[in-house]
Amino acid sequence: MSSASERLLARAAREITPGMVVNLGIGLPTKVVNHVEPDFEVCLHTENGMTGVGRTLPLEHANRNLIDAGGAYVSEVPGSAFFDSATSFAIVRSGRLDLTMLGAFEVAANGDLANWKIPGKFSPGVGGGVELAQKARRVVILTSQVDRAGNPKLKQECSLPLTARACVDRVVTDMAVIDVGPEGFELVELADGITQNEVAEATGAPLIVRQGTLPRF
Amino acid sequence: MRLSDKQCRMESAIAHIKDGDTVLVGGFGVPGTPMTLLQALVNHGAQNLTVIKNDANEPGMGVDHLLRNGQVSRLITTHLGLNSHAIALMNAGTIDVEFNAQGILAERIRAGGAGIGAVLSDIGIGTELAEGKQVVEVRGKAYLVETAIRANVALLHAELSDPFGNLAYAATARNFNPLMAMAADRVIAETEAVLPLGALAADRVHTPGVFVDHVVELEHLSEEYAVVER
Repeated sequence: MSSASERLLARAAREITPGMVVNLGIGLPTKVVNHVEPDFEVCLHTENGMTGVGRTLPLEHANRNLIDAGGAYVSEVPGSAFFDSATSFAIVRSGRLDLTMLGAFEVAANGDLANWKIPGKFSPGVGGGVELAQKARRVVILTSQVDRAGNPKLKQECSLPLTARACVDRVVTDMAVIDVGPEGFELVELADGITQNEVAEATGAPLIVRQGTLPRF
Repeated sequence: MRLSDKQCRMESAIAHIKDGDTVLVGGFGVPGTPMTLLQALVNHGAQNLTVIKNDANEPGMGVDHLLRNGQVSRLITTHLGLNSHAIALMNAGTIDVEFNAQGILAERIRAGGAGIGAVLSDIGIGTELAEGKQVVEVRGKAYLVETAIRANVALLHAELSDPFGNLAYAATARNFNPLMAMAADRVIAETEAVLPLGALAADRVHTPGVFVDHVVELEHLSEEYAVVER
């Protein structure tokens, strides 16, 4: 994994504060767990029916009945619990998740999120993403600032089918930390070696910059 | 009083499945997927099935055998991301796929099992998941009507059972199994071990045996139950 991705993950891990109940979405967000200290006070939830998710295990130590929602073999921590899928999403929809981190194809300036379908190209299904995006108390998106073709993923409006409307609170990218505020995207932190102008050019909507020196990560 | 013994041969349980049936299949990935019952359904050959399962396993595993054998016309699911073959069948129009939000699929099945006609939820409002669904207003808030799901048959996998069909699941193999156990006219459970009546402690029972019609003890676990090396 590139150093930019590792920096993104390390920065994303700082979004987790002690005592939180957190769901890390499939893909990049799942890797955030490797940047959380082993004794950090946090309860990880996974959609397929577990709280107290521990670290990912190598295959030789895997329990065939113990996976996360992405299919990775995981471990228990002291105090883990297993439950059925209805209970698992009761946790999500009732607001028991303090934070979810998800990937994105597009994020709009009003917080709309598109991350499940590219018509004609990619539609594996929505899984638990709609409920996580719509009901977690805080939604942080982890993504590259631009797609493989170099187009901004943060846009004035999403062009792809939405996962949920006005759900995103913050976006952590390889270039910056950007909040979704009442007036749109607000630049709040810069990655080392990246300028404000570079972020603005890689963002497909106006970027509000606060006064003063921005923190670096 | 004595509880009945519902153990039977796998083939005789599966023989009840008819062409055109709707079949609930437990599991989320490998854990909880009734791999052996699915293989028996392939051998049985029932056609034009509607299969309801969280996912479609992976190519060459579990429910994918039914897809490859051309027995499935419709799949109600939440995510096919690990099965490129299922996605190809969907894109080619060979199978009709209905995607549900995962927790909503769980609630629709639970409602079917609980004798409830539908549940109300705001999940997916303002997205294409809401298209075609009835909207009702309750206490000033809009909800989608998510209709209950019931099936002709449910196929489940449990770690332990007793002859009456009381079931206990292992770790994350629980997932959709206890919900599906309630929502079908005929419930068939494969189990890794059948304990004598009384040996599965009442407090350990996740699914009460009254929901279960047939108990099939697995003689051995095929490679499909093992840890997947991707």
